[in-house]
Amino acid sequence: MLQGILTPVLLIGGIGLLFGIVLGIAAKKFAVPVDEKVEAIRECLPGANCGGCGFAGCDAMAKSIASGESAVNGCPVCNSEQVEAISKVMGIEAATGEKQVAVVRCKGNHENAKAKFEYAGIQTCKDANLVGGGPKMCAYGCLGLGTCAAACQFGAIHMEEGLPVIDKEKCVGCGACQRECPRQVIHVLPISTSYHVNCVSKDKGKAVKDNCKVGCMGCGLCARQCENGAITVANNFATIDPEKCTSCGKCAAKCPTKAISNLLEEVMKEKLDMPTIPKKPNTPNVADVPAKSTASM
Amino acid sequence: MNLLLLFIGGALVNNFVLSKFLGICAFLGVSKKVDTAVGMGAAVTFVMSLASMFTYLVYKFILVPFKLEYLYTVAFILVIASLVQFVEMVIQKTSPALYSALGVFLPLITTNCAVLGVSILNMQNNYSLIESVVNGVGGAVGFTIVMVLMAGIRERIEDNDVLSGFKGLPIAL
Repeated sequence: MLQGILTPVLLIGGIGLLFGIVLGIAAKKFAVPVDEKVEAIRECLPGANCGGCGFAGCDAMAKSIASGESAVNGCPVCNSEQVEAISKVMGIEAATGEKQVAVVRCKGNHENAKAKFEYAGIQTCKDANLVGGGPKMCAYGCLGLGTCAAACQFGAIHMEEGLPVIDKEKCVGCGACQRECPRQVIHVLPISTSYHVNCVSKDKGKAVKDNCKVGCMGCGLCARQCENGAITVANNFATIDPEKCTSCGKCAAKCPTKAISNLLEEVMKEKLDMPTIPKKPNTPNVADVPAKSTASM
Repeated sequence: MNLLLLFIGGALVNNFVLSKFLGICAFLGVSKKVDTAVGMGAAVTFVMSLASMFTYLVYKFILVPFKLEYLYTVAFILVIASLVQFVEMVIQKTSPALYSALGVFLPLITTNCAVLGVSILNMQNNYSLIESVVNGVGGAVGFTIVMVLMAGIRERIEDNDVLSGFKGLPIAL
């Protein structure tokens, strides 16, 4: 009785062990050196080989991420933790291992920016951008239809007053929103960046002022204030180099349109759960466009 | 003469895909390109001929003497899985291009029922060692032929304007 069980167990186990040893030796002999990064990324991926990313499997995806061809969030199955782990693997190579966050360089909400017409078409920014140069007077500002929010895999973007608000905690700096934005108002910056200019309008100063209350006119006052040469004015708007900025705040104090704001303060505000923009009834100011624009034109 | 008949019979008459409906998964999975189909065919041929030999040896010299014939499925799968693992390592080392082209279907040779099928058929028909190997090679060659032919057809279909709902696998089926 006992032998009837023991013999097959030992035999099959023995065969298995034998094959195992042979395979072990073969694995050593035929070992292929694999890029450590590929292996580390492969560890982070789900390993289901579902093909949702468009590659043959997780191994191929890991290779693509490691070589920089695919975004770290290219895997649609990965949750934010896994993506963060992959970012970490990739981030070691980068000079700054610092957390990157998306920043919306536009403050033209319904109140600040004037509307050109009422857009009633397909509710995505890309489509709105095609119609008559967009429904806003400003041809460079945020269209506020939430294409970036839809592109965010991490639920870090929600729309408020016609502007995307980025949850700096949830944002992983993948840049998916930046790629989707037809107007390039979203930039991915290191989270330690304190001051940044909230406007990318290439219009001349007067046009900017007519179209928006908080636009950068490219006057260069901030650049003259900056002692570190961190601010450059190009294409009629200022940009702050986060590497040179020392967060002294002189630029923000002098800006005539208050287009420069402090990212750190925004983070603090979010933590204290204070709304960045005072709540106003959500009515686009279409009615007062003719009056104001004729007055300024 | 008998062996030649066995080979042709295994390859054409008793073709695994067309007459026994074994190994359909790999057949459909890797028959998109002729190159990959040839590579997969070669890998399957290698695994199948070795599997025929090893399973014969395991059956004849381990299972029969100990009266463990009823364990043949477990033992055969063990042999096949190890062989596939071995082949995978060899291919990864020698031909990375073929390795990436075969992708997930390479480890899936393990579950290619044609490989287990040929082993069990050898056993049931009481073939000798040489007969087993010839039958295995023949079956694998038949599998390769069918796969390469199918890959050729699918490559041609790919060039044509197919209704969007039928694109890819549906039209191949």
